[in-house]
Amino acid sequence: MADCNQTLRELEAFLDGELTDETQHAIHAHLEGCMDCLQAFDFHAELKTVISQKCLNDEMPPGLLSRIEQCFGEDIDGDGAIG
Amino acid sequence: MQYAPQLYSAAMRMTRNRSDAEDLVQEAYLRAYRGYGSFEEGTNLRAWLFRILTNTYINTYRAKQRRPQETELNEVEDLYMYRRISGVDVAARSAEDTLFDLFTDDEVKAALENLPESFRMPVLLADVEDFSYKEIAEMLDIPMGTVMSRLHRGRKAMQKALIDFATERGMLARTPVPDTSLRNTTLRNTEEPTDG
Repeated sequence: MADCNQTLRELEAFLDGELTDETQHAIHAHLEGCMDCLQAFDFHAELKTVISQKCLNDEMPPGLLSRIEQCFGEDIDGDGAIG
Repeated sequence: MQYAPQLYSAAMRMTRNRSDAEDLVQEAYLRAYRGYGSFEEGTNLRAWLFRILTNTYINTYRAKQRRPQETELNEVEDLYMYRRISGVDVAARSAEDTLFDLFTDDEVKAALENLPESFRMPVLLADVEDFSYKEIAEMLDIPMGTVMSRLHRGRKAMQKALIDFATERGMLARTPVPDTSLRNTTLRNTEEPTDG
């Protein structure tokens, strides 16, 4: 069973989905019984989502897509559209 | 071109200006088109395109932007933001407020864009684009341990910047009140592993 320090040390790798199954289970087990750590994990999970959402909403400049399409004439990613 | 909007947003965070971001995406697509023969069917097209975008940025635009390549970052204590926000020093945050409302889009973008590049790229690729450590290591051509330590330090610096923005706007009290929970936790050794 992981303690608070061991659990918090794995916070980032846990939220990044980078832990082995075994370590992930140990962290889960600790979080089920530790409100302090659960809150910290929950906070950072929310933060990661917020950062992603707020950094992905740039509007493409008009004309960029068509200028890219002019560079080549076929559907390279299989989405049915040119490019 | 289903990935073009994502590539453009990432290019904005990399180059920090519209005209370079536009050129970068266009150049990356051109390289992707020319190099499409090297793309293995069945592998991750999105990762492949981001790898090209990242390489194009590093090889072309970084040099062009003439920014001194900063590699230093002030140390921030572990869980700094969490302690500031979850503690009792929150001035204007009501129970209904979420982290989403505490920071503006521009603040989050600026906090990321202001990181020195060696930290900005891993944070962008992990937190915004959701790539794995292994994929990021390959894209940036650095060891996985370096990806992890730069992510750790870059995230802390970004969180500190966000706290500073929120404080500046009056969303958080200026003087932090010491919080007793999780007080002396150190998450990991912040020394970067020597490459190689």
